[in-house]
Amino acid sequence: MASITAQEIELGRRDRAARWMLVVSILALLAIVLAILILVIGNNSYSLATIFRVLVGEEIAGASFAIRTLRLPRMLAAVLAGFAFGMSGSVFQTLLRNPLASPNIIGITSGSSAAAVFFILVLRTSGTAASAASVAAGLIVTALIYILSQGGGFSGGKLILIGIGIQAMLNALISYMLQQAASNDAPSAMRWLSGSLNAVKLTDIVPLGLTMILAVPLILLLSRSLSIMELGEQSALTLGVRTNLTRILIVIAAVCLLAFATVATGPIAFVSFLAGPIAKRLSGSSLPHTLPAGFIGAILVLAGDLIGQNAFAIRLPVGVITGIIGAPYLIYLLIRTYKIGEA
Amino acid sequence: MLLGAASIVALAAAAVLSIAFGSRQISVDLLLEALGSSRSTDSSLEARIVYERIIRTVFSMVSGSALGVSGALMQAVTRNPIADPSILGVNTGASLFVVIGITFFGLGSANQYIVFAMLGAGLTAVLVYSISSIGSGGATPIKLALAGTAVSAALTSLVTAVILPRGQGMDAFRFWQIGSVGAASWDSILLAAPLIIIGLIISIATAPSLNALALGDDVATGLGVKTGLLRVVSAFAGVVLCGAVTAIAGPIGFIGLMAPHIMRLLLGPDQRILMPMSAVAGAVILTLADVAGRMIARPGEIEVGILTAFVGAPILVIVAMKSKMKVI
Repeated sequence: MASITAQEIELGRRDRAARWMLVVSILALLAIVLAILILVIGNNSYSLATIFRVLVGEEIAGASFAIRTLRLPRMLAAVLAGFAFGMSGSVFQTLLRNPLASPNIIGITSGSSAAAVFFILVLRTSGTAASAASVAAGLIVTALIYILSQGGGFSGGKLILIGIGIQAMLNALISYMLQQAASNDAPSAMRWLSGSLNAVKLTDIVPLGLTMILAVPLILLLSRSLSIMELGEQSALTLGVRTNLTRILIVIAAVCLLAFATVATGPIAFVSFLAGPIAKRLSGSSLPHTLPAGFIGAILVLAGDLIGQNAFAIRLPVGVITGIIGAPYLIYLLIRTYKIGEA
Repeated sequence: MLLGAASIVALAAAAVLSIAFGSRQISVDLLLEALGSSRSTDSSLEARIVYERIIRTVFSMVSGSALGVSGALMQAVTRNPIADPSILGVNTGASLFVVIGITFFGLGSANQYIVFAMLGAGLTAVLVYSISSIGSGGATPIKLALAGTAVSAALTSLVTAVILPRGQGMDAFRFWQIGSVGAASWDSILLAAPLIIIGLIISIATAPSLNALALGDDVATGLGVKTGLLRVVSAFAGVVLCGAVTAIAGPIGFIGLMAPHIMRLLLGPDQRILMPMSAVAGAVILTLADVAGRMIARPGEIEVGILTAFVGAPILVIVAMKSKMKVI
């Protein structure tokens, strides 16, 4: 066998980079198509020309209201929240080197949800205060899980187990608030808890959008170091990655994405868990998959909402659809992970 | 002897507290008077409240002991310190089947839930355990917990999919799902009692063999234990115990984790002592948790399932913190 030359390595690297670019472009395109479909399909379907005219400010009876007030916020919420869930999920999965370590399994989503439910049901406000509390709760839970898992030597497995315990407590808290709530509030709170785009208004999405302007570039910037850290702490340090700083910054950014998205749409089931592994499989494992994971998150939410709104006699919130799609995949992934022996 | 005496004192104290305290304060005189004539036909409000509390106390003792033993059995069978009906996802399995029963088979009362709850609990336990046994190392704590959580999450979204379109009609389920000992009646206790008694008898009968199993499958086989049969019988008893309670009370988590752990800490790992004492500890913990739930949230109450999760989950965190992670 001939030895591998530098040229061959370079060619392989270019191949992988080309594949990554191709995957990202296709995913972005798919997300755009689905986003346009959300604007087109509904009780009344409008032509692309009508939609364009409404969006640039023309008043058309019926269409203006349906598109500007109902479908546009819905579409934006789906894109932004889906992207945020997907990206932050893949950050945690990469960081803990375990596909099952997504924020909705280790309790971080529950922390944000508990804070948001408290503001929605008990204080009856949403908006900035709820977002801030939700972010704070997410960060506190993350810090708590991390600190508790330090005792007796850190390991990802220990962190996940502790996260599951914390999540059980937070879920108990959420059930208590739900049960105390007036009977006619409970269905809407439950709908929110399973993830829904129904009540989203443009003003709800603004904080999420602003957060994403800061957090997404930061995560993309740090993704390279994150992939290097996947090789192990020692290798990363040797290659000049400031592991602790990277970890702290990227976790804060990911929790912010997660919390603001949670406040806007509720924790849409399984999106933060599904996006990472799918992205990894599509884009190849050597390049950072935080960006493709974000697009896949957006695609999952958009497609889930299209199915939930149009495919059945009753309208189902998007979280129910992603849950039904995600649940078997979660179990499949679990079995596969155990077979390889990663856990 | 000492253990027996201590158990009786603890159980009696918990019972007295549970009957004496609640959302409504009742003076000692009235309490004694009501106890003297504790018939549901008695017209005085106090008497009826005390009568309700007696049912409630009996039920929380029975279900606490069942859950405690169920946890001890599951921990022994899986040789895994964190096995508990709620962590194994068994409660969610029972929930899903009960929801399906209500929605598609028109079940109306807790007494009719019991078959569905048992079936759901059993199937989920088998599913979770077989998933976590895949791969090298068998069912380690982390694999078991992850499989339980994952299956739970999967089943929860199915539960949501069934409930959400039906909105307000599912109030009965919503309250059942939280886990409360308040809804029990003599009828439901009598319905669950035979199942629970069978489970408790099996647990005591298999305790010596489970001691052998703790030494490893090879040693146990060498000592003449049929490990396969033992596992099936004990796991069956564990599922029956928690399924019977869950059908009536709804999912009450973490009693099965707490009771055996506390007792193991105090009394050591001998299953022959651990099984009955887990029953006592489970009964005391659940009853006290229920009293606390009634006291804290006066004039309302916090359902006991919420309180046990809140107190019990930290035990899981502590077990995880103390564990050697090489094993996990």
